Amino acid sequence: MANDKVLQSMESNILGHFGPYGGRFVPEALIAALDELSAAHISAQSDPSFQAELLELHKTYSGRPSILTDAKRFSEYAGGAQILLKREDLNHTGSHKINNVLGQALLTKRMGKKRIIAETGAGQHGVASATAAALFGLECVVYMGEADTKRQSLNVARMKLLGATVVPVTQGSKTLKDAINEAMRDWVTNVETTHYLLGTVAGPHPFPTMVRDFQRIIGVEARQQVLDLTGRLPDAVLACVGGGSNAIGIFHPFIDDKSVRLIGLEAGGSGIETGLHAATISGGTPGVLHGTRSYVLQDKDGQTIESHSISAGLDYPGVGPEHAYLNDIGRAEYRPVTDDQAMYAFSLLCKSEGIIPAIETAHALAGALEIGNELGKEAILLINLSGRGDKDVQTAAEYFGMPL
Amino acid sequence: MPTALEQLFIKTKSENRAALIGYLPAGFPTQKESKLIIKAMIDGGVDAIEIGYPYSDPIMDGPVIQAASEQAISNGAGVDEVFDLLKKSVGHGVPSVVMSYWSPIEKYGSAKFAAAVSTAGGSGVITPDLTIEESELWRNQAKNESINRIYVVAPSTSDERLAKVTSECSGFIYAASLMGVTGARTTVSGNASALVDRIRSSSTTSVAVGLGVSNREQASQVASYADGVIVGSAFIKVIQEHGAGRSGLKKTKQLAESLSEGVRSGR
Repeated sequence: MANDKVLQSMESNILGHFGPYGGRFVPEALIAALDELSAAHISAQSDPSFQAELLELHKTYSGRPSILTDAKRFSEYAGGAQILLKREDLNHTGSHKINNVLGQALLTKRMGKKRIIAETGAGQHGVASATAAALFGLECVVYMGEADTKRQSLNVARMKLLGATVVPVTQGSKTLKDAINEAMRDWVTNVETTHYLLGTVAGPHPFPTMVRDFQRIIGVEARQQVLDLTGRLPDAVLACVGGGSNAIGIFHPFIDDKSVRLIGLEAGGSGIETGLHAATISGGTPGVLHGTRSYVLQDKDGQTIESHSISAGLDYPGVGPEHAYLNDIGRAEYRPVTDDQAMYAFSLLCKSEGIIPAIETAHALAGALEIGNELGKEAILLINLSGRGDKDVQTAAEYFGMPL
Repeated sequence: MPTALEQLFIKTKSENRAALIGYLPAGFPTQKESKLIIKAMIDGGVDAIEIGYPYSDPIMDGPVIQAASEQAISNGAGVDEVFDLLKKSVGHGVPSVVMSYWSPIEKYGSAKFAAAVSTAGGSGVITPDLTIEESELWRNQAKNESINRIYVVAPSTSDERLAKVTSECSGFIYAASLMGVTGARTTVSGNASALVDRIRSSSTTSVAVGLGVSNREQASQVASYADGVIVGSAFIKVIQEHGAGRSGLKKTKQLAESLSEGVRSGR
């Protein structure tokens, strides 16, 4: 049933618009490849053998369904609200990114392409892409901002061990935004042989729709798990938002459940008022970046403003167009969480539950502390624990002044 | 009434040659120097000027134009510099257009942008990342201001789509010679002439070829089948290597002269 719904929404919107957002703002050279990808995605959605193959991979390779953890001790700090963690951190490769990567890798095979390229910020999507490339025997090149290769050196090593080539990007802000630019340039040049395995719900159509469809499984599973455990729907679903793939994945199956608040937590960096942040919806304006219209951090000339966040995976001046739309129609809310708030929640989860979350995810946990205290102990909050924090040990140690 | 750009193609066709179109980002390396550089390009025989709007995320551009754009932006180039340079270029009596990624145009307001191009005497706007699906509003705004709407097509564009896109182009159709980003290449891809042939089977609008053209021989070769030859990175490289002082400007003029001979010797 879920698939029928997705298909219907796709057919009625072949240009990939979400209200005034989304669409395609790309060089004409890429249109043929985007059309090919759209067609492959639509045909795969209705192909039982594709769905069966993907499901089998989820079950036997990445470890789905991921479990739901009732975080009882953490709850004490969140106004006593019941805090349910959807454990995407337990997936193979350590985050939700593998859900999308396995789907797109299967599509790559279906399109007969032998090479994938990917961008990565924190390195989680790069690691997942390198993993899928190894599994399917594809060549893999990962573009990563030079600044990020330094703060996420463990993931760089993982990608290399998996056989991928990691290209440090030295242009611009040397972060995720510039890695996407470089991946786009590679794609324009090598589009015949190469699939651009974009890691989030941004970019030109069909990426926002397709990546969402591959991430929806998080919300589909979690919705049932919460019902089974508590007998009712949660009061709110929370997730961190950079590009927004883990958030849309868990939000989407709840969109028609009007009683459920959907809350995205953006990277507030040093605070929105300082200008040093990555909270695109909270602190940005509508514009065009990386092939899509959405909220963007940009100046009066339409130049992209560099984002700032302690979390490499959220350090992006754009956001998926569907989030922009959900914000504008009031179906989802977006709030900023500062670096300090996120690191407090990070430490709290480590010590109260024995789970080291990714710093990206810690933003959602900080949101849970806030919302839990607002709603009180009768509330049930579902949090997407999108990734694990092994990769962040060095950053966290530096932040807490811990000698390594 | 035809734009200055359209009149140029009428003239070059009557002379049985291709037009030479030169590209420079506004404010590169500084606004003052960019004015001197386009003057040198025009003195050397460039027939039309494309003023680039330097943008922070130029995904269609190779390292040369990326570096030039970054330098221009850090020296303060923005929308005011684009229109200032456009006016200057038009003042030299050559047809001039703006080439811009969509983000800056949308931020400025596309109707206002079209009006400003027209007021400055510009002939049109090249929009390398604006698809026809996203540009119905823009086409009407540009039509209202009587300026040309120039889209870029690529070797990967299907025949069906080519007919659709080119039917919305005016002034000229920008044919990307190859699958890739801007920048000089040692040879011009064979795909270019095939693409121009395909365009001509469905459109009578003039066709200019860009991407990878940097010297007289290549200009001559492209001029044998196209109505216009676009050169960008090669001019920027001269300035990056020789500066925008007397020697750089002299070399810019010499490159223009040589390319200008090229577009006259292709047929």
